[in-house]
Amino acid sequence: MSHYFMIFFNSVFIDNIALTFFLGMCTFIAVSKKVDTAIMLSAAVIVVEVITVPVNNLLYTFLLKKGALAWAGYPNLDLSFLGLICYIGVIAAIVQILEMALDKYFPALYNALGIFLPLITVNCAILGAALFMVERDYNVMESTVYGAGVGFGFGLAICLLAGIREKLVYSDIPKGLRGVGVTFIIVGLMAMSFKAFSGLQF
Amino acid sequence: MAKAKDALLDPLFNNNPIALQILGICSALAVTNKMSTALTMTVAVVLVTACSNAAISAIRNHIPNSIRIIVQMTIIATLVIIIDQMLKAYLYEMSKALSVYVGLIITNCIVMGRAEAYAMKNPVGLSLLDGIGNGLGYGIVLLAVGFVRELFGSGKLFGVTILNTVNDGGWYVTNGLMLLAPSAFFLIGFIIWGLRTWKPELQE
Repeated sequence: MSHYFMIFFNSVFIDNIALTFFLGMCTFIAVSKKVDTAIMLSAAVIVVEVITVPVNNLLYTFLLKKGALAWAGYPNLDLSFLGLICYIGVIAAIVQILEMALDKYFPALYNALGIFLPLITVNCAILGAALFMVERDYNVMESTVYGAGVGFGFGLAICLLAGIREKLVYSDIPKGLRGVGVTFIIVGLMAMSFKAFSGLQF
Repeated sequence: MAKAKDALLDPLFNNNPIALQILGICSALAVTNKMSTALTMTVAVVLVTACSNAAISAIRNHIPNSIRIIVQMTIIATLVIIIDQMLKAYLYEMSKALSVYVGLIITNCIVMGRAEAYAMKNPVGLSLLDGIGNGLGYGIVLLAVGFVRELFGSGKLFGVTILNTVNDGGWYVTNGLMLLAPSAFFLIGFIIWGLRTWKPELQE
């Protein structure tokens, strides 16, 4: 149990996907103007991460890994070079299915989340989580927990940033720095404060 | 001719993908703590953007609108896999240093963004130039950030000692912050500030 907790805690605070690995930055900067939209986006990211990371893990273990096709009579086949194209295909397909399912069964949720789902397909945080999962050799259970942690960490960071940016409109910033410029500097400061977590040991 | 020049040079400063369009920051910042990784990443992105723009533009009249995203994704992913395999074969150390960030070129918004916004509407030659231009615009920012981070973070450029550090018996005390993630954000913020002060028409 504590092992899974460690993975979750690590991916939320110590290895925060947005603030330590710089993944999902485009969405992170673009959709952090209001707290409400940031919360919606975080919910969508968490859902997509929790589904795609384990699915990609199954795909890797049973189809792509060296020797994984032994059941089909190809014990020496190594398809891991096809990983990238498979993961992105899985992510695009799952996002599409999720969008259709939400549209059919939960129209209210679809109206709220709808516009964020296509954005998520090209969010590096999703593909990044899949690639880190392969690099760290997680099993299905671990990758589910990892997916949840990554999604939650991204959500936490974007909601915090949105909160700061909402207050920022009242401040007097030099003209050239307004908008994106100052956002980068704030994200830098947030990344520095998140560095404080890296000293935590259990 | 003027159009070709615009396609190539506009993305360098006037419409820089990182500083103005805020695209492709995702995989950019993590590879800038050394000049050599930044340069490799630049070359990889220029190649992928140029080839994907040219390929997508060549078949733009045959792609059905409803499945265009997945077609673009497939072309881009194929190019990235080729680059990734080449790096693994010829520059293994570099491919280890870049870890997952080579693969993340697929989701680099610059590549997708240019395919969608430019290559789908323009002829092959112009799209190729636009791809190269945007790749270089991305590279300029990457190399500028990499220059500052490696010089002040470890006193070196491309691994060659420029400022003799205290650890090696020299005089320069390295700035450890420069090697950590936050410094990249500050530097990009300052680059945007500088660019917008230089060209006030770009301010928000």
